Amino acid sequence: MSTRPTDTGPILQAIGIYKSYGPFEVLKGIDLQLTRGQVVALIGPSGSGKSTFIRCLNQLETPTGGVVRFRGRAIGSDFHDRGETVGIGTLRRNVGMVFQHFNLFPHMTALGNVIEGPITVLKKPRREAEEQARELLARVGLSQKCDAYPAHLSGGQKQRVAIARALAMEPEVLLLDEVTSALDPELVGEVLGVIRGLADAGMTMAIVTHEMAFAADVSDRVLFFDGGVVAEQGTAAQILGHPESERLRGFLARFHQ
Amino acid sequence: MTYHWDFHVVGQYLDLFLWGVVYTILYTTGSIVIGILLGALTCAARLSSWMILRSVARVYQELFRCTPLLVQLLWVYYALPLLLGMTIDNRAAALLTLSCYVGAFYAEIFRSGIVSIDRGQREAALALGMNRSQSMRRIVLPQAIKRMLPSFINQSVIQFKNTSLVSVISVADLAYMASVVNGQTYRPLESYTVMSLFYIAMLLPLTQAADYIEKRLQASD
Ligand SMILES: Nc1ncnc2c1ncn2[C@@H]1O[C@H](COP(=O)(O)OP(=O)(O)OP(=O)(O)O)[C@@H](O)[C@H]1O
Ligand SMILES: [Mg+2]
Repeated sequence: MSTRPTDTGPILQAIGIYKSYGPFEVLKGIDLQLTRGQVVALIGPSGSGKSTFIRCLNQLETPTGGVVRFRGRAIGSDFHDRGETVGIGTLRRNVGMVFQHFNLFPHMTALGNVIEGPITVLKKPRREAEEQARELLARVGLSQKCDAYPAHLSGGQKQRVAIARALAMEPEVLLLDEVTSALDPELVGEVLGVIRGLADAGMTMAIVTHEMAFAADVSDRVLFFDGGVVAEQGTAAQILGHPESERLRGFLARFHQ
Repeated sequence: MTYHWDFHVVGQYLDLFLWGVVYTILYTTGSIVIGILLGALTCAARLSSWMILRSVARVYQELFRCTPLLVQLLWVYYALPLLLGMTIDNRAAALLTLSCYVGAFYAEIFRSGIVSIDRGQREAALALGMNRSQSMRRIVLPQAIKRMLPSFINQSVIQFKNTSLVSVISVADLAYMASVVNGQTYRPLESYTVMSLFYIAMLLPLTQAADYIEKRLQASD
């Protein structure tokens, strides 16, 4: 590859991101820096723009203002790299995403879901992709479920397949948007366990979550979103332990009952 | 009053019926094949981000969905030549009209099948780095086709029956042949009964297959 990862400086960076839907301004200038191995948690009330922002990072939403940079180079509007700008395709190949509602491909088995990206996008030989997929599914504790279709998996199992699917692209950054919110409470633990394992292995991640204990546990930095701005940010200990603003205190109080 | 059925007279014209059957099948399959192409193009136009394409496709669809097929056949065969200043062969007019008619309906079936797929599917595909055509081909279409299959088959069965209307512009399909035989034998009851039996013999397996496929698809969900 022509773009060598630079170990100095952020891998993924958002500078002054704005997003409006018609007259409705959802994001009002958000900045974020993700350096290699860093885990950032995004918290905040419903509707504060967390999902919209994280989707701007891989260009599922096109920001109406600001830039996203990958390895120091700005993301262009084309799918392919063009001159100094990084293509959206390149960005997405290297930045994986896991969704709240899994979005597994229902017409493919667990294994089929995991090999789909490597085969279609990376043009990997099938045997190689399958071997890798089996390893990944074993890593998320699903080696028995390779041939199961999503319809026959529990929510927690589906989300673990979705994580394996994202990992199969060998991404440098993983974006997770409330990946446990659609799960029954007793299934949350198994998914958080997998993510904690990724954090321990040094994966760079941006995690939108309502699991405050989990955010405190895995994240290096916490951003508190409120009304389309980052109202407060700092280390997990600062933000979750010693919140400054009234808004953040009020928000956190709802989780201590 | 007792009617003396006499299939023997009509039976002498069996070859006419069989030719009619051949034509009916040819017009049905021909118009379905062309209709699928037209429908796919129209569907792509409807889903495009280009306003002009969307409107043209929409006008075509509504034109053919909001007029009866019989009216379309008469118009294309008798009126269109006056506009073009040239005659149109009745068989060409029949195939053209049948294809455009079914294409307009197929386009709607294809379109609603595609938009019925949860947008999260496309987003998951894009998030893996697929381009738009890969996400369509690998992820959206396989699911959409499965979902649209029952209405597609249903529309095709209707198309099979609609083909009988081409007899009004003297295309020698099964219905036309039955009226020819009736003219020769003065045996309308037998002529048209034989015609009906031929239609049933061809369509019954199709509707049964459609039911079977629908059940299979439901079971696999
Ligand atoms: N496609 C859209 N069109 C119009 N408004 C939208 C669209 N997507 C999001 N919004 C609005 O943008 C605001 C922020 O939404 P977003 O989903 O980013 O919030 P969130 O912080 O992720 O909330 P939650 O915790 O409920 O997931 C909301 O008010 C939402 O209604
Ligand atoms: Mg959200």
